[in-house]
Amino acid sequence: MIWIDTIVQGVLLGGLYALFAAGLSLVFGIMRLVNLAHGDLIVMAAYLILVLVTLLGIDPFLAALIAAPFLFGVGWLLQMHVLNRTLGPDILPPLLVTFGLSIVIQNALLEGFSADSKRLSVGQLETASLALGPVNVGVMPLLTFISAIVVIVALNRLFYSTSLGRAFRATSDDAVTASLMGVRPQNIFATATGIAMVVVTIAALYLGTRANFDPTIGPARLIYAFEAVIIGGLGSLWGTLAGGIIIGVAQTLGAAINPEWQILAGHVAFVVVLLLRPRGLFPRAVD
Amino acid sequence: MAILALDNVSKAFGALRVSQHITFDLAEGEALGVIGPNGAGKSTLFNLITGNLPVDEGRIEFLGRDVTQVPPMERCLSGLGRTFQIPQPFEKLTVFENLVVAGAFGNRLPENEVSDECADILVETGLIGKANEVAGRLSLLERKRLELARAMATRPKVLLLDEIAGGLTEGECHALVATIQKVHAGGMSIIWIEHVLHALTSVAERLLVLDFGKVIGIGDPDTIMNSQEVREIYLGIDV
Repeated sequence: MIWIDTIVQGVLLGGLYALFAAGLSLVFGIMRLVNLAHGDLIVMAAYLILVLVTLLGIDPFLAALIAAPFLFGVGWLLQMHVLNRTLGPDILPPLLVTFGLSIVIQNALLEGFSADSKRLSVGQLETASLALGPVNVGVMPLLTFISAIVVIVALNRLFYSTSLGRAFRATSDDAVTASLMGVRPQNIFATATGIAMVVVTIAALYLGTRANFDPTIGPARLIYAFEAVIIGGLGSLWGTLAGGIIIGVAQTLGAAINPEWQILAGHVAFVVVLLLRPRGLFPRAVD
Repeated sequence: MAILALDNVSKAFGALRVSQHITFDLAEGEALGVIGPNGAGKSTLFNLITGNLPVDEGRIEFLGRDVTQVPPMERCLSGLGRTFQIPQPFEKLTVFENLVVAGAFGNRLPENEVSDECADILVETGLIGKANEVAGRLSLLERKRLELARAMATRPKVLLLDEIAGGLTEGECHALVATIQKVHAGGMSIIWIEHVLHALTSVAERLLVLDFGKVIGIGDPDTIMNSQEVREIYLGIDV
């Protein structure tokens, strides 16, 4: 029974990793931009939610709802005025710029909030649980997983059933030809990063309510996100969820055997998938 | 009245002069064929017209407006549609989606206002049976048809066709020419670069001959094809 419980907890944890990864996957899928500051943007969003909660005395869910449109704007401006300038045949400039951005965000947060770890409190929900047959699941992990699915369904719907989604895919295919059809790639990229920042806000909400955070934890979140994206296959959103679940289950199984093996087991699972399926489980993107 | 006019347009890449003092008009509803040996500057001419390459000197007028400094996208929005020598469909989109993107964004209209028209264009270009097929899986003829259909979806006033018949079998070529004739009969102005001369002359009312970036002749196809200079330079016949 304990194994079933462990696997269920792992699957639910996978939802959080999928949320970390979905924004990264979205941006990479559309503009082949690897955002090394993604983890730090999640941490930054968590601090923004914390500030709203502290200043306005509101619930973190409501704070995230307020933060999301603001962070959409931040993402839009960041892409339009900074990252768009780095895109081109050379993949190095975006890596360097986002790496620099990562350092800037970490230090700015350190300056503003100190190195003390913080947490978003959701009151009784933190300890609430539901009995699902033989297994008890926490309400917050369940909400996290459901949110991950909702985000992925919504992004897939956006991609395949809307005019904006078709423009995303056309621009991803061939930005020059798309611009000859009246699509503005710069705007499309900025909108994509704005949407990725909304996903980042949701990820930040659950990051902050699940565990403590401080200004330096972004890069570790980025690694989980990377692993989930790569296991799933670059650019595939459902693959990203599968990748998140694989890392989550590997981590909880590793921890069940020996608590010191938790993080290691996730990385080992990543390496094993990479060895067996170098292009990931559901490859979509063709480089 | 001229819908498109080039006046003394020149372009050079370093010492290589790819377009030299090109001057011609395209009348509304006219089909103009462009011929010339490889490297004569035919595709460059299209790049200058669409704005993908900036001109070094000269002036391009489209619909009576000077568009010489207007960026490519605005030229597309104002009615210049183009197909590429090597078809460049959005490979991961379906055939219908390829058209809808071009129709919606090329005309700044919502998708539901262009979808019927896109379906009509698919019928006209013989692609309706492939509407839901992913463009990456199309054959060469189908890709060429899609190039044409997608350019038409932007509701162009002038259609620039770049070697659209190249690489097709004789039967495929006939089918494509029939489609282009139909589009032209509907009043579309066309400039068509082509090496397949019988295809070109079955549509074009005038031919323009380029050699080393210069216009060496423009006029009705019979006169041009019988001109001594054209036969010497273009066809390599020593008269």
